[in-house]
This record gives sequence, C-alpha cells and structure tokens, in this order.
Amino acid sequence: MSFNLHKLLQKQKKNILELWMKNQLADEGLREDLISNEDLRSQSEELISSLVNNLTSSDMEDLDGDNWNPVIEILGGIAITRARQGFSPRETGRFVFSLKDALLSILQNEISDPKVLFEESGKISRVMDNLSIITFETFIKGREEVILRQTDEIAEISTPVIRVWDGILALPIIGTLDSSRTQIVMENLLQEIVETGSSIAILDISGVPAVDSLVAQHLIKTVSATRLMGAECIISGIRPEIAQTVVHLGIDLSNIITKASLATALAYAFKVLKLEVKRTTIIKN
Amino acid sequence: MGNFLLVTIQVDLYDRLALNLEADLVQMVSKTNARGVLIDISAVSIVDSFMGRIIGNIASMSKIMDAETVVVGMQPAVAITLIELGLPLKGVHTALNVERGMDLLKSMIGTTEEEPEEEDDDYLTE
Repeated sequence: MSFNLHKLLQKQKKNILELWMKNQLADEGLREDLISNEDLRSQSEELISSLVNNLTSSDMEDLDGDNWNPVIEILGGIAITRARQGFSPRETGRFVFSLKDALLSILQNEISDPKVLFEESGKISRVMDNLSIITFETFIKGREEVILRQTDEIAEISTPVIRVWDGILALPIIGTLDSSRTQIVMENLLQEIVETGSSIAILDISGVPAVDSLVAQHLIKTVSATRLMGAECIISGIRPEIAQTVVHLGIDLSNIITKASLATALAYAFKVLKLEVKRTTIIKN
Repeated sequence: MGNFLLVTIQVDLYDRLALNLEADLVQMVSKTNARGVLIDISAVSIVDSFMGRIIGNIASMSKIMDAETVVVGMQPAVAITLIELGLPLKGVHTALNVERGMDLLKSMIGTTEEEPEEEDDDYLTE
C-alpha cells in the first residue's frame, strides 16, 4: 500500500495551520510591534495552501522545478518585507522552522508505521530546509538592497565647491574619502576652476574623520590635478591627530601647502593674490 | 630679442606628430634664443602616457637650454588622466589660460615689458 502524503496534508491543512499559529504565537520572539496577528495568520495561510499544493510526491524534491515557483515567490515576498520591516534573521528563520515543526508533528500523529513516518519526515525535512535557505537568501538580498540604496544616497550628498572670493574656491570635505568620492570631488573642483578662472583652491579636511595612506594618496592626486590645471591647491583643517597619523605613516606632504584652519588658508590665499583685508576706523564727526 | 615661443596644439596629437613637435620646438628654442615656451593644449581632449612624457621631455629639454615651459589650458579630463597615469609633470609650470601663462612667464623670467615675439606652430592635420 503506497502512502499518499499529498492527500494527508490536504486533509490536515487546517490542523497544520492551527498548530503552526500556536507555535508562532507561543514563541517569545513574536514581534507584535512589527506585524499584527491577523497579518501573520493570513501570511501563514497563504504559504501553507501553496506549499501543500506542491507537496505532490512526483517532484517534491526538485525545488528548481516550475511547480515550486509560487511557493518560492510567496516566501521571497515575506522574507523581503521582513527584511525591510527590521526583523532579525533569527525571527525570519523561526517563521519557516516553526512550520517544519508543525508539519512533522502532524505527520507523527497521522502515520503509525515507523518506517513510512521516517521516510516521509525525511522528505518534508529536506524540502523545508531548502525553503529555509531560499528564505535566508532572499532576506539577505532584501537587506543588501536597503544598504545599497543608502550607499547611493550618501554618494549623492555632493561635495559643494564654494566661491569664497574672486579667484578663491573652497571645498569642505565631510566624511570618508574613498576612490569614487575623490573622483567626484576632483571632477567638481576642476570643472569649477575652469568655469570661475580661480587660481587658488582650498581643500578643507576638518570633516574627514581619519586619514590613512589611501586617503592621503587621493588628496595628493587632487592637489596634483589642480596644479596641472594651473591653479594652486591648499589643504587646510589638519587636526593634530591627522598630522600624527600622516607622519607616522611616512606620507610625504612636504610639497603640498598645508594650513591648520580654513581661516589661515584664506589669509594665505589673500597674500598670494596680493589682497589686503583692513579694518576701517569710522571717524565720528 | 625673441623671448617667448607660443605653441598652440589644435588637434589630438598622435605619436609621430608629438615627436615632430618635440624636435621642432627644441630647434626653435635654440634658433630664437627663447627664454620661455608656452604650450596651449586647450583643444586637446585625449592624452595618453606617451603624450604626457613628451610634454615632460619638452620641459626638461627647454630647462637645459635655459627656457621655462608653461603648459596652459589643460582640460579637467586631461588633468585627471595624467594624474591617474602617474604623470604629475614635475618641473612643468602650468596656468589656466594663455594670458595667465604669459604673466607667469614674465614674472619668472623677469623680462622687461616689451612685446614678446610669438611663433605660432599650429599643429594641424594635413
């Protein structure tokens, strides 16, 4: 007598759902703040019905088959929304694993023959494990999408080029300098030099948290490119700890004009351009 | 009293042309006793490492012959390319445009305020 798992599961669909819901609600890690119980129930119901439809014995083990697409889609959707809602990986995993527990305990109640029980449980286990892996992959993909979006947003925070005086540009750099960002900074700066005909550019790095040899390399590149354009580049805002790091790393900034603050850099720029800032005394009559 | 040579490069230089420019220019420097060479590359949009080297060479050769070289009008893309190629053109003076280049040369050489004689070598494709 061949055992029909599919029929059994169809019959027991309601019981599985009840048991699973019970497991989920009893779980300490239930996140009622993120998802209401009704939503959880409808999610679970949808997943079970599409899962049971697929657990036919013929292609049960073949998760790449087209039959599994609806299940995988539902699971993927759940995983991605959970990633966005801020569920932890553990909580997302629990969702699938508790279903496995429910399925296995139903099988245990319904099948008396130990051999058949063992076989069928093995099948169910394998399928559910595969589904958990898929869930995790999708979950992580969802998280990565969030991270990528944030990275793009940060990159879009442009580095402004400010005209502080006729012929003097200032670039306050805030945040870490990586290769792509340096490229943007460099392009903006050179473009602005051409447009304004400025002969002095001040790179202010007081907003750069740390300078390592790579960042220093990028700075030196920017300064050299500015020089090729026929303008002078001053680096300002060098904090004591940055000066320490630069010297300890053995980076040679000796052929670059460095100033401690933007103010001193500006004063230097005025001197180069032969400009004078004077306080006028108002003569009272 | 020819003081300065002015070279305007109007096309993207290919290697043979660049080598000719190098030779011609050095000849010119010696013939005219020029004290300054001004190379205007504002029309050049593409450079390679060879081109960068040629410019460096011209500067070094002129230096030996007691003339200063100023490269003017470099486009941002060209500057970035040269830097990425690791050619910061040490020893070459730069300026934003021809007028500023001239001012720079004058201040470097400390010339009297006489009109410089200009030799236009327009390198056009023929």
